[in-house]
Amino acid sequence: MLKHLGFFIEIVKGSIITIRHFVVNMFYHILNLFGIKTKRRGAVTRQYPEAPIQLASRHRSLHRLLQRDDGKPRCVVCMLCATVCPSECIYIEAAEESDPEIQKVPSTFIIDLSRCCFCGFCVEACPEDAIRMDTGEVELARYGRGDLVYNLEKLLG
Amino acid sequence: MIDTLILLAKIVAALVWFLVLTLYLTWLERKESAVMQDRIGANRADFFGYRVIGLFQPFADAIKMMFKEDFTPSFSRRFLHNAAPFMAFFFTAVTIQAIPFGDVLRIGGKEIKLQVLDIDVGILFILAMLSFTVYGVLLSGWASNNRWTLLGGLRGAAQLVSYEVALGLSLIGLVMVFPSLRFSAIVDFQGDLLFGWLPKWGILLQPLGALIFLIASMAESERVPFDLPEGESEIVGFYTEYGGLKWGMYMFTDFMKVLIIACLLTTLFFGGYHVPWLAADGFHFPWGGQLLLPHGIVILLQVLAFNVKVIFFCWLQILVRWTYPRFRYDQLMDFGWKFLIPLSLLNIVVTAIIMSVLK
Ligand code: SF4
Ligand code: SF4
Repeated sequence: MLKHLGFFIEIVKGSIITIRHFVVNMFYHILNLFGIKTKRRGAVTRQYPEAPIQLASRHRSLHRLLQRDDGKPRCVVCMLCATVCPSECIYIEAAEESDPEIQKVPSTFIIDLSRCCFCGFCVEACPEDAIRMDTGEVELARYGRGDLVYNLEKLLG
Repeated sequence: MIDTLILLAKIVAALVWFLVLTLYLTWLERKESAVMQDRIGANRADFFGYRVIGLFQPFADAIKMMFKEDFTPSFSRRFLHNAAPFMAFFFTAVTIQAIPFGDVLRIGGKEIKLQVLDIDVGILFILAMLSFTVYGVLLSGWASNNRWTLLGGLRGAAQLVSYEVALGLSLIGLVMVFPSLRFSAIVDFQGDLLFGWLPKWGILLQPLGALIFLIASMAESERVPFDLPEGESEIVGFYTEYGGLKWGMYMFTDFMKVLIIACLLTTLFFGGYHVPWLAADGFHFPWGGQLLLPHGIVILLQVLAFNVKVIFFCWLQILVRWTYPRFRYDQLMDFGWKFLIPLSLLNIVVTAIIMSVLK
């Protein structure tokens, strides 16, 4: 009996916490409803699609391949990114390049984003700074898996 | 003829009031839980671009539910499986007909009682109908022909049966104080004043009874502190094999129970449709003032007061639902049999002693 009474006190204490949250938040909601601006808001929710969130500058988003001054991809097909990729989602085929300084360029460069885990290892591994993940694009939902396979043209943007 | 029409109109009005309020209870639940948890809650469902703080969400939910596949597992007992949700739904929906919404309304020489079924055994009627919902729980568990739903149904039946005892016993003290089982009589008694100034509401005469009734009835509604029958978050409950509209009916029944519990609390313990110090011809304040009002306004105020009280108790129940974690099953049974029932017996004894001393 006495134990139950102790529970009862804790139960009342718990409800006081939730009631406090309710009353305080309602107070700010009502103030905002009448157009009164307050520093604190009634909720921490962000209305995402209408009010997008500023991404951090180092946020890892959709990949892009960088280009040389003449428009060719900077990638030299060293395969480091394809090797390091834990999801094994990078597929590269090489082609000859006449410039002896470069020797190889990618003829195909495919990233399967439906498998990519956005770890950023490919960016870390690249010796040529040819691949980056700084497009700021995070809305990558598609209707088909095929739409998530990004090829060279798409990656060069 | 005209009487039959009035009766029919009253039945339909009570049912529409009940169902619409239940529909918006889902909205209240979403919004209230959101505000309690520093969120905003569902606000996206729009109607030609108007969002109005998510007020169209219940309709969006209903449409979604209707167009879902009505799936009946091949191994289920088909007839019972289909009948069970309707049983739970029906027996909960009829209870509203016994609740008084207001006093007698007089228009054009007609006297209309704002209550559909003014029967002598109102309390018993509602308790009986609420007990029938056990069949919905048990049958759905049985007819799904799945071990886990059967266990869920048994859990639900055990819980409902054991808390019904406490529920019934908690009302006996009230029936002793207001010597009637008729709802309109109980509400009339609560219109009197205690010591000449305090409204004679049931909560003042039966505080312990009110508390036990609140807890036991929340256990009857199978919502979170007592949601072991369904256990929507992790245990497999009695309506696992239901989908679409039939599942929606179980959900709807839950919310209807919340609403009927709020109605019962209001009617039995919080003065029903009475506004403090409002008599049939207007306000008579205990400090001497008077404010006479026409008949129509008085009735309107009463119905409004009833609605406000009911919505407050819905709010309270949703608050409880979003504050407390679930009971363990043995705790639930201990709490019902070893705590609530002795306490309600104590309440009866104490009430009897006080009544005989005061006589
Ligand atoms: S981010 Fe990670 S998973 Fe995605 S392509 Fe680069 S290395 Fe592979
Ligand atoms: S690591 Fe860089 S240079 Fe090497 S293949 Fe990948 S993108 Fe090309």
